[in-house]
Amino acid sequence: MAGVQVSNVSRSFGAHKALDDVSIDFADGGFYALLGPSGSGKTTLLRQVAGFDFPDSGRISIGGESVERVPVEKRRIGMVFQNYALFPNMSVADNVAFGLSVRGEAKAVIASEVQRALDLVQLGKLGGRRPHQLSGGQRQRVALARAIVTKPRVLLLDEPLGALDKALRVDMQIELKRIQREIGITTIFVTHDQEEALTMSDRIGILRDGRLVQEGPPEEIYDQPKSEFAATFLGDANIFRGESTGNGIKLPDGTAIAAGAGAKLAAGAKASCAVRPERIRIATDVEAQDAANANMLKGQVSKRIFAGNNSTYFVERGGQTLKVIVQNTGIDRLAEGQDVVLRWAPESTVLIATS
Amino acid sequence: MTTRILEGLGRLYIWLLLAFLYLPIIIMALMSFNVSPFYQLPFEWTTEWYASLWQNDQLIAATWNSIEIAVITTLICTVLGSAASLALYRYDFRGKRFLQALLFPPIAIPWLITGTAMLIFFFGVGIGRGLFAILLGHVALALPYVIVVVSARLQTFAPELEEAARSLGANQWQVTSRVTLPWIMPGVIAGGLFAFAVSFDQFVVSYFLSTPGQTTLPVEIYAAIRKGFTPEINAVSTIIIVVSMALMLLTARFFKFGGEK
Repeated sequence: MAGVQVSNVSRSFGAHKALDDVSIDFADGGFYALLGPSGSGKTTLLRQVAGFDFPDSGRISIGGESVERVPVEKRRIGMVFQNYALFPNMSVADNVAFGLSVRGEAKAVIASEVQRALDLVQLGKLGGRRPHQLSGGQRQRVALARAIVTKPRVLLLDEPLGALDKALRVDMQIELKRIQREIGITTIFVTHDQEEALTMSDRIGILRDGRLVQEGPPEEIYDQPKSEFAATFLGDANIFRGESTGNGIKLPDGTAIAAGAGAKLAAGAKASCAVRPERIRIATDVEAQDAANANMLKGQVSKRIFAGNNSTYFVERGGQTLKVIVQNTGIDRLAEGQDVVLRWAPESTVLIATS
Repeated sequence: MTTRILEGLGRLYIWLLLAFLYLPIIIMALMSFNVSPFYQLPFEWTTEWYASLWQNDQLIAATWNSIEIAVITTLICTVLGSAASLALYRYDFRGKRFLQALLFPPIAIPWLITGTAMLIFFFGVGIGRGLFAILLGHVALALPYVIVVVSARLQTFAPELEEAARSLGANQWQVTSRVTLPWIMPGVIAGGLFAFAVSFDQFVVSYFLSTPGQTTLPVEIYAAIRKGFTPEINAVSTIIIVVSMALMLLTARFFKFGGEK
C-alpha cells in the first residue's frame, strides 16, 4: 500500500488543456473521489496516475517513488474499467488469474490467491463461468477481484458503477467500501455521480475544465463550498448574488442576507451567498418572530414536487426561483400560488467571493 | 390470403435463385458419375472417370502443386496480413489512411490485368515463370483479403481489454498473444480460408506465370479441355467444388458465428 502524490500535473491534447496544474495528495489507505462534469479532466487525471498516459509537466509519485515516466505495466496498480473490460475468451477464474499468471507465479499460488479474491467479492463458486454468463453486478465483482488479486499499491476505479441500475449500484457502493476497508488499499474513484462521491469517499476533489476547484472531506465541501460551481455541482444550492457587506450580502433590491459568524469579505465587493434547500424553513405566518433564523424573504409557491419522504417547493421571489426541501411531517402542506415566508439561519449561509 | 400468396412467391423466388446458382454444378457433378462421356441419358452410375482420373499423372501433379501453393500462400498471408492489421489498428502514422485505401483496389482490379502486370514485372526483375512466381503472385492477390477480414474483426475489439491487460502487468507480447489474438482468431481463420480459396481457385494469374510442365490444377484443366473434353474433367471439377464449398462454409461459420458476443 502506498499514498499517491500528484504535483503540478498538466496535460494538453492539442490546444485543449485537459489538466491544468493539478496537485492532490491521496493519503495512504484513503478512499478518494474525483468528481466533475464530463470533460473536467477527472478521467485524464486517473489515466496519468495509472500510467496509460504521461503528463506534459509535473510529478506523480506512488509510495514516494517517482513514476511519471513509468509505463502502466510496471506501476503495480489495479484498475477497474467503466465497462469492466473482462477478457471474453477466459473463464472468471482465468480473468482473475491473469495478473498473477503474466508475472509467472506458480500454479498452486495462483489457484489459492484467485480463490481468496473470488471469496472476498463473494463469487467463490463462479470461477468456471464465462463473463457473458454473469450479471452486471457479478462482472463488476470479477473486475474488482482481478484488480486486487495482484496486491497493487493503488486501486483506480473509472466510473465503475455507472453501468449498473440504481438499486444494484447502492449495494455495490456498500460492497466496494467494505472490500476497500478490508484490504486497506489507497483508492481513487472517478465519478460524475455526486451522491456516490458523498456516501463513499473520505475526501472529494472537484474538477472543472482541467483544474482542481476544491478538495476536502465530503462534509466540508458540502457545508463550506468555496465557489458557486462547487456549491451547485455537489448537492443543490440557492445562489443569491449581490454586494458584500462584510459578513453577508445586500441584494440589488436592498434586502440584506447575513452569513455565518466566520464569514469575512471586503465590503462592497461582488459576492454570492449559497443556501442549501433543506436549510430553509417555509411558512405562511409573515409576522412571526424567529430570532435563530434571521434571514427572511417573502415569495410565492409556484410549484410543489412530492417525493414521498419530502417535498420540494419552488418559490418565486424577485424574478428568482428558489428551492426549498421540506421533510414530510404530515403537516404544513402548501398549495401552489400561496404566499409564503422563507427563513433560515445566518449559519446556514455560505458567503462566496465572486469574480 | 394475400400474405400466403406472397410467402409462396417469396419461396419460389428463392428456389429459382438457388436453381440458377447450383443447377449447372449439380448436372456436372451427376455427369461425372454417368457412363456416357457425351451427356447421354439414361443415367448409368459409374466411378470410372474418378478411377481414370487417378491414372492421370499430369493432373495429379498439378493438383499437388495447387494444394502446396495454396497452403503456403495461406500461411504467409495469415501471418503477414494479421500483423499488418494489428499495426494498422494500433499505431497512427503518416499516410496510414492512404495506405489503407490502397489495400482495396487490388481486390477490384481484374485478374487479367494483375496477371499481365505481374508477368511483365517478374520478367523485368528476373524472376522466371514457374511455381515460385505463381506463389508470389498468389500471396500478393490474397494478402488484401486477409487484411480486410482481420481488420473488420479488430473493429469489434474493445481497446480497454488491452489496457486492462497492461494494468495487470502484461507486456506487449503477453497482451497480444493472450488477449488480442484470441479475440481476432475467427477473423484470422476466415482470412486464411479466403487466402486458400483465392489461391486454389486462381486461374488467370497462374496461367500467365506458369510454364507448360509446371502448373496448377485450374490451368491444367483448361489445357486438358482444349485438347479434348473428357468426363475426367467433370470428376476433378466435382472434387474441387466439394472442397471449395466446404472451405467457404467453414469461412462463413468462423466469420459469422465465431467468438463471443
